[in-house]
Amino acid sequence: MERFIRLSGRAAAMPAANIDTDVIMPKAYLKGIDRSGLAIGLFHDLRFDEDGAVRRDFILNRADMAETRFLIVGPNFGCGSSREHAVWGMLQYGIRGIIGSSYGAIFADNAANNGLLLLSLPTTEIAALTAELDEGAGDMTVDLETQRIEMGGYAAGFDIDPATRQALMLGLDRIGETLRHAERIRAFEKAYLGRKPWLMGADSDEHET
Amino acid sequence: MSAPKTLYDKIVDDHRILSFGESGGAGERLLLYIDRTVLNEYTSPQAFSGLRAAGRAAWRPAASLGVVDHVNSTNPDRAAGELDDGARRQIEYLGENGRDFGIEIFDLFDPRQGIEHVVMPELGLVLPGMVIAAGDSHSTTYGAFGVVGFGIGTSDIEHLLATQTLVYRRLKTMRITIDGTLAPGVTAKDLIMDVIRRIGADGATGHAVEFAGQAIDALGVEARMTICNMAVECGARVALMAPDDKVVDYISGCPRAPSTEMLALARADWRTLRSDPGARFDKEVAFDAIDIPPMVSWGTSPDQSLAITGAVPDPTDLPVGRRADAIRAMAYMDLAPHTPLQDIAIDRAFIGSCTNARLTDLRDAARILKGRRVAPGVRAMISPGSSGVRRAAEAEGIDRIFIDAGFEWRRSGCSLCLAMNDDSLAPGERCASSTNRNFEGRQGIGGRTHLMSPAMVAAAAVTGRLADVRVLAAEDIS
Repeated sequence: MERFIRLSGRAAAMPAANIDTDVIMPKAYLKGIDRSGLAIGLFHDLRFDEDGAVRRDFILNRADMAETRFLIVGPNFGCGSSREHAVWGMLQYGIRGIIGSSYGAIFADNAANNGLLLLSLPTTEIAALTAELDEGAGDMTVDLETQRIEMGGYAAGFDIDPATRQALMLGLDRIGETLRHAERIRAFEKAYLGRKPWLMGADSDEHET
Repeated sequence: MSAPKTLYDKIVDDHRILSFGESGGAGERLLLYIDRTVLNEYTSPQAFSGLRAAGRAAWRPAASLGVVDHVNSTNPDRAAGELDDGARRQIEYLGENGRDFGIEIFDLFDPRQGIEHVVMPELGLVLPGMVIAAGDSHSTTYGAFGVVGFGIGTSDIEHLLATQTLVYRRLKTMRITIDGTLAPGVTAKDLIMDVIRRIGADGATGHAVEFAGQAIDALGVEARMTICNMAVECGARVALMAPDDKVVDYISGCPRAPSTEMLALARADWRTLRSDPGARFDKEVAFDAIDIPPMVSWGTSPDQSLAITGAVPDPTDLPVGRRADAIRAMAYMDLAPHTPLQDIAIDRAFIGSCTNARLTDLRDAARILKGRRVAPGVRAMISPGSSGVRRAAEAEGIDRIFIDAGFEWRRSGCSLCLAMNDDSLAPGERCASSTNRNFEGRQGIGGRTHLMSPAMVAAAAVTGRLADVRVLAAEDIS
């Protein structure tokens, strides 16, 4: 997982509410068994029409948005399906951070697990950032170390969950971290299943198939 | 005496291995033990590849079950069903992973195959007090059993398989109380669609939602599953209902339910699975069931819905913040403001999905279809929630009612709910659908989805337009 410490780049606004993961990564791109080849799928049906022609009016297709690194989004971004392909596609396309007011919860977890930065700001801050874009602001800079965001005339601090921030900055092996507690897990499991013996009965290996 | 606790907090406390930092309260970061998961062929492959690459085993293989459901054809002839190369490879890889990691897999030809959230409860694998996390957002379904069920992405599937745990953040709690009695012709689907309409697509975001009240208590277990299933469409990460005797009765008839002896032991534990009197929720809302009408969606977000007796809204009547989205949705749905919903003609009708394709759902639809025919020009399909549901329906003769009415009696799978297989809408086609999401392109690029209950789909199928099921039911009585 690529670390995120400080990054500058183009930001694009997608202000619609409830942009779901079906729209972010349509079903045609969910048939793989690996994580590759998803950049083309990102917002595919917004970027291209039914004949595969580029939709010139879509924000990411504008010439000045070719190197977009940040999205400024509307409420409840990433709601719907759990498909992590939506986050993989973002990163493969080059999007490294999303700034919005609220997110679908599974999408937010998937983002944190893959090093895609999600910032949750009050709607007034989102409006201020969008206004800067409208006035032709240049690149956005997000600094995770100092917890500052800057673009054009906008500069402000932001809050972020400390554990998520640390994971983004260090890029930890999450499973390896948890397995350091393997003995605790094993002891818990033994005690837990011991006090609820009916749970083991449902295990599939105790039944003929 | 300790402070009164919510049902959600009781179950989380019962599964907490350790806390990272401060313990207790919403936002607590903890290591959570997971009882069980179910894996499908499209969100699990990269998790297994990750385990393979790191040389890791599954922690407790017997706690997992794999089911093919998302990409398969629903062709009545299983062997003849169309599979594209990607789908075929995903199904094969699920089988390989089952063999290599010791996990039981129900493949396409298994008599127990079906939609994961239908198969798990019908086998008796979903037991009150459990935590079940799975790679599908509709894992909230299990809340009907008093289970903390929630969807996770593929990285977390890998973490769960390797450790039987998740690094978890305790949610805020919300209680939705619905007292009173549902009016005749109004179902659990209408109830949850009305909740979503009232509180919005993000009304429960970040919360564990407990459903309570007389209207919930009066529902059967399958109807409760419909509500918990679709609660994710208002942002609920977890949906919960306190388990009662109906739940225990439901479980006791299932093939993998605990023995009678074990059930007796479990029953005492399950009685504690309710929020204590005086437990505090971060958010509370309450409705009266009698106010809930039969619902249909008109837009492209599940909160864009109305009573069937209504008309497409005028954007200028909506709150300012919702107008642009409504205008966009109307353009996609090709609907003009003020159009009566019952004037909207349909091309397709679909009964299926983890939301509404259990035996009671099929019975509800069959009651309306009996003695009627699908309207000319409408293609109607039913995909039972599992192969088991399909057999049970055939044993009751329900299949005949669907077939005689002109429905295609399909095999089980997620099918047209998300159209990952060859069941999809053509651009511009309009579908009355018993599914859970009316997102743009969900049922096919350019396809238009109207969500509703299975009985309302049946009513629309025979009328050729969106229709009020109560009118047809009244005809049957007179």
